[in-house]
Amino acid sequence: MNQNVFIELINPFKDKVFRLAKRLLTSTEEAEDATQEVMVKLWNKKDNLDAYNNIEAVAMTMTKNYCLDQLKSKRAGNLKIVHNNFTDREPHLDKKLEDSDSLAWVEKIISQLPEQLQILIQLRDVEQYEFDEIAKIVNMNETAIRVALSRARKKIRESMVNTHSYGIQ
Amino acid sequence: MEFNKIEDILEKYFQGETSIAEENQLKEYFSSSNVAQHLEQYKPMFGYFSQVKEQKSTQEIPLKAKKRNVAWLSIAASIVVLLGIGTYFFVSEKNAAQAVAQSELGTYDDPEEALAATQKALALLSNNVNVGIESVQYIQEYQQSKNKIFKQ
Repeated sequence: MNQNVFIELINPFKDKVFRLAKRLLTSTEEAEDATQEVMVKLWNKKDNLDAYNNIEAVAMTMTKNYCLDQLKSKRAGNLKIVHNNFTDREPHLDKKLEDSDSLAWVEKIISQLPEQLQILIQLRDVEQYEFDEIAKIVNMNETAIRVALSRARKKIRESMVNTHSYGIQ
Repeated sequence: MEFNKIEDILEKYFQGETSIAEENQLKEYFSSSNVAQHLEQYKPMFGYFSQVKEQKSTQEIPLKAKKRNVAWLSIAASIVVLLGIGTYFFVSEKNAAQAVAQSELGTYDDPEEALAATQKALALLSNNVNVGIESVQYIQEYQQSKNKIFKQ
C-alpha cells in the first residue's frame, strides 16, 4: 500500500477522528496531535489493514482509546485547577458573554458530561453513525448505547432548560 | 410540518429511539426559521450538532516510512564509528613507528665526539641558512634599481 492509496483510504473519516479527539481533548492542537498519532499508527499497520473489515471503526476506536489515555495521564500528572474559589468576584460579565453565544453554551454543557456520554453524543448526534457501528467503536451493546444516549440527551436538555429560565430572571 | 409530529420525534429522540432519518428531520426543522415558540429552546442544541460537523482538521499528516529512516541512520552511524576507529588505529600506529625510529637514532658516548658532531651539524645548518640569505640579497638590488627608474 503506498501513501496515496492510504490517504484515499483515510480521507473519508480523518475529520471525524479529529472531531472526536477535539470533543474529548478540547484543544484544537491536542486534537490534531491525536489525529496524527492515530493516522501514523494506522500507517504502521498498513500491511495488515485488510484484515479489518471496517477501518473507520478501528480508527474511531483507536482515537477514543488514545484520547482517554491522554486524559488519564494528564489527570495523573497535573493538579486540576479549580476556579470555584474566585468565580463570585464578577460572575455577571462572563456569564453574559457566554449566554450571548448559545452554541458555545451547548458545547460547554456537553463538555461537562462524563467522557463516555460525550463520545456517544459525538458519534451519534454529530457524526450520525448507526447504532451497530457505534457498538463496534465503543464496544457496548446497542441497548446500553440507547439508554446512555437518552441519559446524555436528557442531561443536555436539563441544563439548557436551566440556562433558559435563568436567562429570564 | 405539524408540531405534533416534531414533538413525537423529539420525545423519541430523548428516549434514544430515533433513527438517523428522524434525527435529520429534527435538525432540518430546528434550522428552519419557523420553529414553534415552546420548542425554541432546542434550537441551539441541534444547531450546534450541525455546526460542529463542519469542523475540519487542517493539518497535514506526515507519512514517512520511519523504519527505513532508522535503518539508514544506523548504517550511517556505524560507518562513522568504523571510520573513527580506523583513523585512530592508523594514526596511533604511525606515531608508534616514529617513536621506534627515534629510539634507533645513534647517540654518542664520548662528549668530545658529541661536541664535534653537534658543531658539524650546526655549521651545516648555518651554511645552508647563509645560502638562503645570499639569494635574498639580490632582491635588494632589484629594489634599488627599481627606485632609480621609478622615482617617486
